[in-house]
Amino acid sequence: MSRPELIAPPEIYYGDTEAKKYTKNTRNQQIQADMTYRALELLNLPPDEPAFLLDIGCGSGLSGEILDEEGYIWTGVDIAPSMLEVALEREVEGDLFLQDIGQGFGFRPGSFDGAISISVLQWLLNAETSHPTSSPPHRLARFFTTLHSSLRNPSRAVFQFYPSSDDQIQLITSIAQKAGFGGGLVVDYPNSKKAKKMFLCLYVGGGGGAQQLPEGLDGEEVEDGSKARFERRREREKNKTGKRKGVKDKDWILKKKELYRKRGKESVPRDSKFTGRKRRPVF
Amino acid sequence: MVRLITHNLLACHVKGCTANNFPLEFKDVQVVLRESEFNPDFLRGFIPKIDWAALTGAARQLGDTSLPDQLPEMLDDDFLKTLHHVLLEIHVEEGIMICPNCKHNYHIANGIPNMLLAEHEIG
Repeated sequence: MSRPELIAPPEIYYGDTEAKKYTKNTRNQQIQADMTYRALELLNLPPDEPAFLLDIGCGSGLSGEILDEEGYIWTGVDIAPSMLEVALEREVEGDLFLQDIGQGFGFRPGSFDGAISISVLQWLLNAETSHPTSSPPHRLARFFTTLHSSLRNPSRAVFQFYPSSDDQIQLITSIAQKAGFGGGLVVDYPNSKKAKKMFLCLYVGGGGGAQQLPEGLDGEEVEDGSKARFERRREREKNKTGKRKGVKDKDWILKKKELYRKRGKESVPRDSKFTGRKRRPVF
Repeated sequence: MVRLITHNLLACHVKGCTANNFPLEFKDVQVVLRESEFNPDFLRGFIPKIDWAALTGAARQLGDTSLPDQLPEMLDDDFLKTLHHVLLEIHVEEGIMICPNCKHNYHIANGIPNMLLAEHEIG
């Protein structure tokens, strides 16, 4: 798996072309949408109150669009100007900020009813300069402490991210705990290499009693019709009886012979009733 | 797309700038009005979070004086509609937001405020 966060910092990696490519890719859209719905499910907001959410690393607004659809009012922050430009073109409803989350937020305490973040945290794990404020632990600490204060008590923040090692998970969760968050990691489909998804579920407050961490999804990953690939082609290959059609049957032989004759090849056997007929079993 | 709803939550986050860093003052603004869906339930839930003095101050800076000085006791539909207009339909497209304490300028371009800090300003 190639890791874009190892190639360049986000505001450079997601330049104009990459931002457009990322947003147009339907597979990307599908994955982002699935993860946003799952993150909202984990956020577990009260159903009949329209909430005010923070979308951390909103990018071109793929997740924001779903927040719009679900009737949430939201604010998005991202560091890549090109991505935000695409978001403006797509006319998402939320307010957008150009902000480096590693520098912390300036929101007033208790501003948001929840926060989601899809595929972002891994970008905080690389140091871009040698300045002490750009070391990953410092940036993570600043991010989590300012986020903790800007969330309402009680509320939740859900981060989907792609850690590349257990050490990274350890680092992120320990800093989040130091910042005052409760909660932990929820892993969906832990046994699948492709469908495995990590969600960091963080709680603000909780009123003494520990909030129960939700179960990760397990078992067979759901493949609905829109997702399964090559389904049609396999269908076509089967004939009505359910048997696969033979590859080198009579039709194929006749077609080949016709082709050879057209090309002027000599000694092509003539067609007869024995052409392509099955031989009797010898034994 | 800076609306007053987010402006009302936004304080300066420069290193060491912790007191009197809210609300940010507008300067040289260009305002655009865009209609949006009226959602009274959301507004009722959001009112406790609003810093009323900051909201009316900011609205006056943008040339809207429809809000009363004090938050009224009775939340009738007319009031909620005015509040909805001020909070969610006034978009600041261009301009500068200035921190009253450290005078840091946050430039707004294309409706997106630039909240990036220089290295020495990071807390």
